[in-house]
Amino acid sequence: MDKKNTPKLPTFEKSAKSYLDNTQLRRNIGHATQTIRGKRAHVVHELPDWEELREAGSRIKAEVMNNLDKYLLQLEASVQKAGGTVHWAADGDEANRIITNLIKEKGETEVVKVKSITTDEIRLNDALKQEGITALETDLAELIIQLAGDEPSHILVPAIHKNRSEIRDLFRKKLNIEELSDEPAHLAEAARLYLRKNFLKAKVGISGGNFAVAETGTVAVVESEGNGRMCTTLPETLISILGIEKIIPRWQDFEVFMQLLPRSSTAERMNPYNTFWTGTSPGDGPQEFHLVLLDNGRTNVLADETGRQTLHCIRCSACLNVCPVYERTGGHAYHSVYPGPIGAILTPQLRSPNDESAASLPYASTLCGACYEVCPVKINIPEVLVHLRGKVVNHQKKTGGIKQKTNPTHIGMKIMASAFRSRKKYERLQKMGRIGQKLFVKDGTISRLPGELSNWTAIRDLKPVPDQTFREWWRERS
Amino acid sequence: MSDSKETILNRVKRALGREDDNKTTTFKSADINRNYQQKSELNSEEILQQFAERVSEYRAVTEQISESELAEKVVQICKNEGVEKLVIPPGIETGWTKGLSGSVTILRDEPKPLSKEELNASDAILTGCFLGVAQTGTIVLNAGPGQGRRALTLLPDFHICVVKQKQIVGIFPEAVRSLEETVRESARPVTMISGPSATSDIELNRVEGVHGPRKLHVLIVS
Repeated sequence: MDKKNTPKLPTFEKSAKSYLDNTQLRRNIGHATQTIRGKRAHVVHELPDWEELREAGSRIKAEVMNNLDKYLLQLEASVQKAGGTVHWAADGDEANRIITNLIKEKGETEVVKVKSITTDEIRLNDALKQEGITALETDLAELIIQLAGDEPSHILVPAIHKNRSEIRDLFRKKLNIEELSDEPAHLAEAARLYLRKNFLKAKVGISGGNFAVAETGTVAVVESEGNGRMCTTLPETLISILGIEKIIPRWQDFEVFMQLLPRSSTAERMNPYNTFWTGTSPGDGPQEFHLVLLDNGRTNVLADETGRQTLHCIRCSACLNVCPVYERTGGHAYHSVYPGPIGAILTPQLRSPNDESAASLPYASTLCGACYEVCPVKINIPEVLVHLRGKVVNHQKKTGGIKQKTNPTHIGMKIMASAFRSRKKYERLQKMGRIGQKLFVKDGTISRLPGELSNWTAIRDLKPVPDQTFREWWRERS
Repeated sequence: MSDSKETILNRVKRALGREDDNKTTTFKSADINRNYQQKSELNSEEILQQFAERVSEYRAVTEQISESELAEKVVQICKNEGVEKLVIPPGIETGWTKGLSGSVTILRDEPKPLSKEELNASDAILTGCFLGVAQTGTIVLNAGPGQGRRALTLLPDFHICVVKQKQIVGIFPEAVRSLEETVRESARPVTMISGPSATSDIELNRVEGVHGPRKLHVLIVS
């Protein structure tokens, strides 16, 4: 993921500020997230066994992670048995090379693509472009992003930050359509006509996948528009790339995940189309199927016992829609293809600990826990956020040199930690505080502290040490 | 073994703290409690009604008819919707199309499969299905008789689908279990359809009809 030529990305704190100033963006995102939150709650409450399904989903994914090497081998064998070919990619560059070579072997310079965040993660389209191959995005939102030269800002609805008139202007310009209203139905019709001819002539299709079944080799694509069906059915060759965490053990497990995903994601009982294919089928669909299994940092996530649950994610995006931070900043402030709460824990684990932008993400949260509550596979996002904050601080201390060693926050925290460990020290510190605070207490609160400590009080009031603490009162009483 | 395969598997083993474990057949046993609903609590009449209701909610057209009305219904739909070229998959029950006369050309996918262009230029496709799921209003195709290969139900803009009452199951887990054989034994592709093609990509407004059939007409035969 970390390309040498990638420019240094700003931290979340820095970019959040500028996105907060964009009122159009805040309106677009606020409206969209609010709409989908309500719809989701409705369809989730409809299922009496939602909690049992969440628990099962969580356990199945934990089972996969604890046996990942075995399930990977089983998946490979199943896909091969069903007529497919399996490729292994340790990082994004290798995956891009594998896919480029497969397309070149077919002598093609144009391919059609289904929306896949994994391919965004490894910047596949750029890699293909450098080799003279055009990858046409066929999901409506991804097409909008591609035509605008923009970056996605939401997992499910990548163009959530654009409203209808912005999209109409874009289509008028890029698709050369003079007469076009901003009605969503007309905009979708324009995209349909533009893409249909490409679907018919494409020889190679590229897709991601929502699930891969170890036991049978079946790969699933869950979608709404039908572009997924087009790309996985019409071309002669299909190349699908999946992160190694996308495995589920058995076909039966779909009874859990296909109930959890649509309701959490698009807030529907079921999304319009699900396609499940097992290798190749004579006379039906692509006669050549390649599955690329991608690591690209995922095994680092696996190695962290607290962080491991991040890999349970089924990319539903429910956590984005309920997050008070995401709702206000939008997805771009996260500078990752994985925005929102899940991105705040996934991105830093996938990237190097020296990546300052990624290291700022665990702080992009109020720890309110709404994300954990809606997560269909029960990823304890607040727990991982706090855990990662600890890792960030430890890494800074280890690599930051003298500047970090004399960082007042770290020194302050160290004093606090030692004080909280012993009653004597704690009470002594309280007494000192009672004397020291005298100058700053006004109307029963401390709203301004001097020097470095002013950072704390700049955004919150501090409660002073009381004249008599509970412990003192208790001792006096007995 | 490719280098990267070995690399990834070794990384996984290291991450799980069991580099020495080479027994590739034993899995850490999982404690998965499948205490969620396995079967619908509704009776067959309620299941039928729920299916009809929920399919309609996706803005598909649904009609409940009897077996004897089917042939006439197909004629009527073709007439109302201006269908001139109707695609028929292999293995479809002959009775379904017996009413169609000269104004509708029937395109058959056998013995020679129809080309993508022919499918694209057709007006509609008539199929049966493998299953219906009442809880989610879903139609399940498994490339079996009367359904055909996947492209048939994809390129035509109008899908007429016949679902028999006995094919409708209550909840999703029942459908998954019924599909075990399709996937395990014959490895055939499975397509699930819940309403016509749709997108919510523009301001989360649902729009019917992007790439798949924009119209779905479901005939429930009881």
